[in-house]
Amino acid sequence: MKVLAAMSGGVDSAVAAARAAEAGHEVVGVHMALSKNRDQTRSGSRGCCTVEDASDARRAADRIGIPYYVWDLSDDFHDLVVEDFLSEYAAGRTPNPCVRCNERIKFATLMDRARLLGFDAVCTGHYASIRTDGPDGAPSLHRSRNMAKDQSYVLAVMGPDAVGRSLFPLGEYETKEEVRAEARARGLGVSTKPDSYDICFVADGDTQGFLERNLGASPGEILDADGSVIGSHQGTHGFTIGQRKGLGIQHPAADGAPRYVVDIDPSSRQVVVGAAELLSTRELIATDVISFEPLSVGREVRAQIRAHGEATPARLLEVPTDATVPATTADSAAAGATADSAATGAAATGAAATGATATGAAATGAGTDPDAPTADSSLRVSLETPIRGVAPGQTLVLYDGDRVIAAATLERRA
Amino acid sequence: MVNNVGAERAYLDHAATTLLRPAAREALLEASATPGNPSSTHATGRRARAVLDDALESISEQLGVPRSWLIMTSGGTEADNLAIRGAATGILAADPSRTAVAVAATDHPAVVATARSLAPALEARMLPVDGQGMLRSEGVEAALADGAVGLLSAALVNNETGAMQDPAALAAQARPHGTIVHTDAVQALGHGAALGHGADLGHGAALGHGSAGAFPFWSWDDVDLMTLSGHKIGAPVGVGALVAKPDVPFGPVSTGGGQQREVRSGTLDLALAAAFAAALRETLSDRDQEIRRLRALAERLRRGIHEIDPTARFTLAEDTPRSAHIVHVVFPGAHSDSLLFLLDERGIDASAGSACSAGVTQASPVLAAMGIDDATARGALRLSLGWTSTDHDVDLLLRALPDTLEKARAVGALLG
Repeated sequence: MKVLAAMSGGVDSAVAAARAAEAGHEVVGVHMALSKNRDQTRSGSRGCCTVEDASDARRAADRIGIPYYVWDLSDDFHDLVVEDFLSEYAAGRTPNPCVRCNERIKFATLMDRARLLGFDAVCTGHYASIRTDGPDGAPSLHRSRNMAKDQSYVLAVMGPDAVGRSLFPLGEYETKEEVRAEARARGLGVSTKPDSYDICFVADGDTQGFLERNLGASPGEILDADGSVIGSHQGTHGFTIGQRKGLGIQHPAADGAPRYVVDIDPSSRQVVVGAAELLSTRELIATDVISFEPLSVGREVRAQIRAHGEATPARLLEVPTDATVPATTADSAAAGATADSAATGAAATGAAATGATATGAAATGAGTDPDAPTADSSLRVSLETPIRGVAPGQTLVLYDGDRVIAAATLERRA
Repeated sequence: MVNNVGAERAYLDHAATTLLRPAAREALLEASATPGNPSSTHATGRRARAVLDDALESISEQLGVPRSWLIMTSGGTEADNLAIRGAATGILAADPSRTAVAVAATDHPAVVATARSLAPALEARMLPVDGQGMLRSEGVEAALADGAVGLLSAALVNNETGAMQDPAALAAQARPHGTIVHTDAVQALGHGAALGHGADLGHGAALGHGSAGAFPFWSWDDVDLMTLSGHKIGAPVGVGALVAKPDVPFGPVSTGGGQQREVRSGTLDLALAAAFAAALRETLSDRDQEIRRLRALAERLRRGIHEIDPTARFTLAEDTPRSAHIVHVVFPGAHSDSLLFLLDERGIDASAGSACSAGVTQASPVLAAMGIDDATARGALRLSLGWTSTDHDVDLLLRALPDTLEKARAVGALLG
């Protein structure tokens, strides 16, 4: 196969590319430049995105013996990830930019472009497994063998068609130590590079500062659960559902119990705080559903709402019904612009599914692909045990055992 | 063989760097065995000095200038820095009313960024160009009118498009204002804008030859400072020269031992100077014939591209003074980076021409100054020829182009 290896400059993607090449694929390394104004050198815990990281990737490609390019995807990244991040916070929601990047950049823009340039698959250093032991024998997305590193949650939005065009060579059995050892053995200079944790486009790691600079101050009230004003704030974007610290409330609650953000309403600029119990929910509602296999009411699944959270036993109460109903949320409409053009460009080759799947409901709205996955605006799930801190905008991923069966975006609680 | 990228590849990026000429390599190796520092007064130093002087004399003779005009540098960028920073500050020190420099808006960053860096002591004035990249004389006049411009700079041949300026016309405008004229001739040397002309070497020097026949003549009377680079003519990277007339004042830029006229300090590399001299000798020896040869190849490229894609837009018109070695073309709807990727895969080394920072394509200031919008500029391709170019290179490009264009346009449609 002709394989495009996405290379961030980190150790995981370098080892993944080396493995793909060793497996006999014709591999080309591509570093995605996601910002027009990149720092020259790395600082802090960030592990990508600087010019220094690009040269780390280039040296890894040299060592592996594959061609290497930098692709400038900064415009798409800005429009589809950074702007989405800001508008979601402005709307009182809690986005995960890494999920968005996988959905709209890596397994959409990058993959579409790769396909048009003659590549069969995209290889990344993600920790997830692709297996063909699903119900229909088609490639399906699974958790990595190493649960501590599992990234299937942030990958689920890629959708089933992209799974069939992806390689995750690190998914089967790795610990990070094994990957580092292999990098050392292969002479890859990135073997000792630290892992990255921060949001790559927030250069100094100060997410609140980034939001304030970009969204500006928008003062409002902090209310108690009974509606009385107990404080003020400089902008609802400074809060996340479930947040406890930094609320700036002078007086403790009457019962002395800690208070958490339980609701955010950007239109009235109100933040509601209350006791931990108010954060608990037994039911999740989600939209922009991307399903990997048919979903049926009553099916027992496991639901995960955070990248590093547990999956909770759950049951499907409502599932999407109409595959061609367009999504209604603003952010999917934004993605639709890309997906539509992807579908148009791909129509001639009969391979419209990549763009359509990765952007879920928005793309199927174009109505060009009858085989597009089931997508609708309503997925409802009941949880066996209540979970806390469910915030609109978060990604819900449903699993059957270790197999991903759907991804969707959480809405406000019922 | 050192002068080939491989039989199956076509190197069409000579404007980035050309291939090392065997004569330059031999000269480099031979001279590098010479011991001693040319500035030392002992016998070993004197022998080194003699090797260096042989090289400098050869270079200056070929350029038609006295040896004292020659300031060897590490390359074109350093020479531009010396010219712009050194001369502009020197002129200001000599005449406090000379508070500005004027540079062509399409000039290389080594010139434009250097001029801009002189603020606040000196104002950088951008000289406007027309849609073909030619300086507008009324714009030059406007910039010079108040007498504040001590130094004017315009590249002889533009590094992206190949457009040629007319130093004689510039000098005619600059002289009445007492403005010193610099030209960056890095892309001009041997590539269509020749230095020197037959027996009149240095005194009736012609700018280019060949089809257009309309190129203006110029002489060293017109130019006070000229930048040259070794690796564009087949010398190694790491050597260049600033030709500077003795009456140009310089401020302190390269301070130290003051080896070259107190303008540029640092021990001279006699081996690189010898290699530069050898490359220059070869470049100028068959200049007229070579320019005709490159013009014919470029013409084949243009004709072939036009036949494959009639919508392709050549940035410079046929009657625009242009160098023989650069074909700059825009393919509507195709993105440069896809074109370059696909061509590379098919064995063609080419360039988008514009500056590129770690892979992030910047909008080309050259094309922007010419009034070409961003969306159009995205489909730009620069094909540049040199002393190793053959019909085979042109054939490879033309063979690869149809499929490349189709795929690159599919990506262009996807990215919008």
